[in-house]
Amino acid sequence: MSPVFMLSLRSIANRRLSVALTVLAVALAVALLLGVERLRTDARAGFAQTISGTDLVVGARGGAVQLLLYSVFHIGDATANLSWASVEHVAALPQVKWLVPLALGDSHRGHRVVGTTTDFFLHYRHGEGSSLAFAAGGPFAEAPARAEDIFQAVVGAEVAARHGYRLGDRIVLSHGGGAGEGGPRFAEHADKPFTVAGILAPSATPLDRAVLVSLEGLEAIHVDWHGGAPIPGLKIAPEHVRKFDLRPKSVTAALVGLHSRTAVFRVQRQLNAHAGEPLTAILPGATLQQLWDLVGIAERALLAVSALVVVVGLAGMVAVVLASLGERRRELAILRALGASPRAVFALLAVESLLLAVAGIALGLGLLYGAGAVLSPWLATRHGLQLSLGWPAAGEWRLLGAVLAASLVASLLPGLRAYRQSLADGMTVRT
Amino acid sequence: MSAAGRAELAPAVRLAGLRYRWPGGAHDCLAIDALQLGAGERAFLRGPSGSGKTTLLSLVGGVILPQSGSVEVAGQALGALSAGARDRFRADHVGFVFQLFNLLPWLSARDNILLACRFAPQRRARIAAAGGTPGAEAARLAARLDLGAELLDRPAAQLSVGQQQRVAAARALIGRPGLVVADEPTSALDADRQQAFIDLLLEECAAAGAALLFVSHDARLAAHFDRVLDLAALNHAALNHATSAAEGAR
Repeated sequence: MSPVFMLSLRSIANRRLSVALTVLAVALAVALLLGVERLRTDARAGFAQTISGTDLVVGARGGAVQLLLYSVFHIGDATANLSWASVEHVAALPQVKWLVPLALGDSHRGHRVVGTTTDFFLHYRHGEGSSLAFAAGGPFAEAPARAEDIFQAVVGAEVAARHGYRLGDRIVLSHGGGAGEGGPRFAEHADKPFTVAGILAPSATPLDRAVLVSLEGLEAIHVDWHGGAPIPGLKIAPEHVRKFDLRPKSVTAALVGLHSRTAVFRVQRQLNAHAGEPLTAILPGATLQQLWDLVGIAERALLAVSALVVVVGLAGMVAVVLASLGERRRELAILRALGASPRAVFALLAVESLLLAVAGIALGLGLLYGAGAVLSPWLATRHGLQLSLGWPAAGEWRLLGAVLAASLVASLLPGLRAYRQSLADGMTVRT
Repeated sequence: MSAAGRAELAPAVRLAGLRYRWPGGAHDCLAIDALQLGAGERAFLRGPSGSGKTTLLSLVGGVILPQSGSVEVAGQALGALSAGARDRFRADHVGFVFQLFNLLPWLSARDNILLACRFAPQRRARIAAAGGTPGAEAARLAARLDLGAELLDRPAAQLSVGQQQRVAAARALIGRPGLVVADEPTSALDADRQQAFIDLLLEECAAAGAALLFVSHDARLAAHFDRVLDLAALNHAALNHATSAAEGAR
């Protein structure tokens, strides 16, 4: 081992406490920087994995990003609905292979309720094109013959796990977005509970946290409602709802699959220029890109802030090493008397700082993986974010490289200072 | 003649026509026409503060070079060497013992002694040529300087001042350098210990065949030495107060 390296290690060991704190500061900064980067890429991957195999999403006239967010990601609410006539019009287009309507608006204990058809389970794809799988049971009944079959529900993996639902359990939907658990529940459809007919396997999509029911079921619980509230004095028992027309009058959006992907832009133009009700048709992938362009600014700001934190961490480290130089002048003079060149003194301090930085980076990586392992279940259940715990990706290696380069530059500072100091002091320090 | 042979015959220190002025100084701080310390010779150099003592030691160590004149150590003209080569030469051929703060407090006594070999390949080579290892040589010197084996593993900061000075002496002597320079090494010791330390130092330098340049302001210590020099007399640099001012401005 070279004398300089040995001396650096021993000198560091001698100043354990201040060194440990500096290393911790650098480590936290590095963990923050890499954590932000990882969350960013994982969030993007998560979003990109949520929908595949759908060529167009159609909704009422409005913003493309907004339509994608509320229809697919269950974020925010629709400002206008899509009439059933428009849905039928789109479904009847010759290029359209399949159409799945989605009706949002109700909730169950804070979870979104999605009214749809059994085609949803047939055509909805996520990840690399996998369809929805059931952990138990199956889809709700299609075109139910019996009145009670109207009130069947399929719950997401998350919903089932959180509330311990099993097949056959009865659940009550709430009108509107719902106040969430613990909130007031004045607008419940308590008179028409649903039966759990199926439990979805985890899919890492918003459907994990959703309840799916048939459009008829959704229509049925609202037969004695008007304008978002129960009609006073009117009570229609569940067994009587089949006497009413349960065809939906409107839905929130529709997922559309085409016979040929090449027609997608033509159909999109056609729908956007639809003469009847104003419609918006979007390509999920392209709109997702729009969304990234939008949040990219925030992402960059976040990344810049974390980079600044790293700079602060390194500056703190340099400050600690520089501060130690004052009390170490005698040590450096001794080393000079023993034949250490000013260059060796420079190397001693530079190596010392670099060792601290590298230790900080290593510890930071450890913190990142440790925190990742601890937090990933919580992130997955609370925010539907799948945190990857694999090796650093290319972007992260680049960041690590940048941090290392910055530490290298930072470590030159104490080295240069010690070099000049030892040139001036020689073998003896005047006090 | 081999380099080693030359080093043994050549005077340990030879100064000729030496003039040194600190950068920015108005006067020379050191002006010595001739001074010679023979190989293996042990001399007392009386140097009151302000007499240019520190400057002289820095010149002998090759940390600084004179504006004119020459400094030879063990037959090597230091002015002919690059700065890096002078550092290596100092490591190999000159051992220093200072007044205080000789040791790195966070290294053990043993590692402090061995530190002298870290930057000095020739010291290591001489130990190897004598059939030893640095570790064994450090232990042997420590024993001769009355440092118990149990002390060697203690951090230097935990040793008494007297013990620290003996560790410093062992470090100066390890690997048999041709010259040991001691700068007020006893001023932090009480009177009894001063005697004992000087006796040890003289004895060990004799055993190692090293010349000793013992610098002190305390003339009473001169009694132990066969040769006594007076820096104030040797140094013709202007006036003492001018020298002090120049040194103070450093």
